[in-house]
Amino acid sequence: MKKIVCDSCGHQNPEGTVLCQQCGKPIDQNQYIDGNENSKLINMRYEGSARRSKTHNKSIVDKTWNFFSSVKIGIWLISITIIASAVGTIFPQEMYIPPNVSASEHYRDQYGILGQIYYQLGFHNLYSSWWYMILIALIGISITIASIDRVVPLYKALNMQKPKRHESFLKRQRLFSSTEQVSEDDKQKAITTLKSIRYKVTEEDGHVLAEKGRFSRWGPYINHIGLIIFLLGCLFRFIPFMYIDEYVWVREGETVLIPGTEGLYYIENKDFILETYGDSPEDERFKEALQKQGGMVAKNYQTDAVIYKNTNPSALGLDPELEKFKEDSIRVNHPIKFDDFALYQSSYQQNEFESMSFKLHRTDDPEEESLGSFSVNLANPENEYILDNGTRVVIDQYFPDYYLDDGEPRSKSKYPRNPAYVFLVYPPGQDDYEISFAGIGRNVDPTGNNEFKLGLQDFEVRDVTGLSVRRDYTLPIISLGGLIFMIGVVQGMYWQHRRIWLHPKNNGLWIAAHTNKNWFGIKRDIEKVINDTNIKMVMDQEEDQNNYQPEEQTK
Amino acid sequence: MKRIEEAKVKKSKKKKNRLVFRSIVLLILFAAVVFALVSNLNKDNAVIGVGDQAPNFELKQMNGDKQSLTLDELKGKGVMLNFWATYCKPCEEEMPYMEALYPEYKDKDVEIVAVSLDATELVIDRFIDKYELSFPVLHDNKGQVLNRYNIGPLPTTFFINEDGIVVEKVAGALTLDRLDGYLKQIQPD
Repeated sequence: MKKIVCDSCGHQNPEGTVLCQQCGKPIDQNQYIDGNENSKLINMRYEGSARRSKTHNKSIVDKTWNFFSSVKIGIWLISITIIASAVGTIFPQEMYIPPNVSASEHYRDQYGILGQIYYQLGFHNLYSSWWYMILIALIGISITIASIDRVVPLYKALNMQKPKRHESFLKRQRLFSSTEQVSEDDKQKAITTLKSIRYKVTEEDGHVLAEKGRFSRWGPYINHIGLIIFLLGCLFRFIPFMYIDEYVWVREGETVLIPGTEGLYYIENKDFILETYGDSPEDERFKEALQKQGGMVAKNYQTDAVIYKNTNPSALGLDPELEKFKEDSIRVNHPIKFDDFALYQSSYQQNEFESMSFKLHRTDDPEEESLGSFSVNLANPENEYILDNGTRVVIDQYFPDYYLDDGEPRSKSKYPRNPAYVFLVYPPGQDDYEISFAGIGRNVDPTGNNEFKLGLQDFEVRDVTGLSVRRDYTLPIISLGGLIFMIGVVQGMYWQHRRIWLHPKNNGLWIAAHTNKNWFGIKRDIEKVINDTNIKMVMDQEEDQNNYQPEEQTK
Repeated sequence: MKRIEEAKVKKSKKKKNRLVFRSIVLLILFAAVVFALVSNLNKDNAVIGVGDQAPNFELKQMNGDKQSLTLDELKGKGVMLNFWATYCKPCEEEMPYMEALYPEYKDKDVEIVAVSLDATELVIDRFIDKYELSFPVLHDNKGQVLNRYNIGPLPTTFFINEDGIVVEKVAGALTLDRLDGYLKQIQPD
């Protein structure tokens, strides 16, 4: 690496330096980097330090590094990501389209040609698509490398700065004034005031640097560290151990395995409760609002649940050995928690059939007098039922979720949502049977000359609760990232890095000042400093750029 | 002269350090990205995949003389493990193929095991009768095995070799030819 020796103070600066690290003198050949050539004022960005990205370009490692170090690349990546994210919201994502429909058809049917393009380009699964993830990852890399490349030179430049600055550096600061005659008393008075308003003052041969709030310069980098930790937390969500997100349906009275717990935990649904407003007397006060609303308004979704622990999880299959672990009720936003898992009330289905009872009567009996009855437990229907009068009823076919598929009866699922049966009825002491088809709202006699008929007498229903199963160890990491992010924001927003230079010139004194924000604040500080002295107030050279000529200034 | 030499050494050392530092940082960052991408791609894949040991289980057997069957007792044989349900149409379509090839492969030490995910035993019994299934049909009543094998759509079939290692995993229905090919793969030597 070539060094640039400052021709004023002799300090060796790294290649690419714009302003000498020690005295601040502009390095002639590098002024183009920050666009200082044709400007009266110096660009104080990164203290004019050498951002490495702007200099070497050698090995492939350096080239990659410099690519990511560029702020321009970073802004491009962020812009592309923002546009892609926005496009992802035009049509619903795949997880929100109805289940049991093919995504390829759904988007075409619902949204036409645009929908099809959307689907084919993979926007229907945008946020977990590989290219979206790569975009986010590239932003992460860009933030990391760009931060390293800027924070190190900035730190060095701020650490090496000397109170004695080059005159061309001072003159080209935004706030500047020169006074021809200033007594030593006035200068000391100014220094005392600076100290009293909590500036850190360093002196070198009568040259003074007063500095305040330097730590606010680190705000953006702290902020970036928070962001990187946040992204890391999101990355950890892909580790199955760190993040579990499952779903389980439990019928009332049923005990099922909780997915994601590796066979360790089971849940029993004791009762699912759906309360609506208007059920209890104290809801009388809502009467008007409810009438306006029309229909029912849910007040509470609740599952009374028991969590069991499997004491022998290695044995897979057959009946697990369960031990009661916890009993509690799950309500919306009040999950049941056990062993870092949380079960959230997420959905429900009401009135799934639990049992059905039938009675047998003669087909030609207008009174439908019962010859005997039986009840079918839908969770475990039996092969045959013997009635009181000796009639044998055999279940020949059972369709829990009946539908007709090209004229053939089938079941859509294993859940008893629309149960239907083919019964074989054997009258007492006979080997011949009659076939009868019975279901909800249907009772078919295929031959038309059955002597007996099975009629639905009664049925019981039960509710099904839908619970989300979560275990999230990434949340503390993500929160920590968020917290550090906020600290960085506050640090950079509510404090400013203010510097005031006092530069003795012959019998007079120059003042130059710089702050990274809130110029009004630093001007007020300077007003306090020069109060009661004959030091001149600084001019704002940016505001007065047109009519300001420091050399020709007169008292 | 000596000072210039020293400065040169110092410079090249610094350069080397920078290269090492940059390489390490880039390596870590790219490793993290690759990790995220690979995990994301594997997210939907089964916990049990090709090359994995098939977890043992014991389930109630719905046909034949035995009350229950464990996977471990089939060690030494090739096992076709088929997850299905009576209400699943493609499952129903491939059943006759399995039944047709079963006698031939049973003699070659390949066992076909079908695990039903139905809710009730009645429907399974009727199904076995309808297709006169002779290979063991098991009932995963609580969905434990389904969960452990992380089964998505039905049917899903695992072809397991004599050492209990998954050789092939097939989602969706099989044709007679393809089934024959897979069964050949798990035939013990």
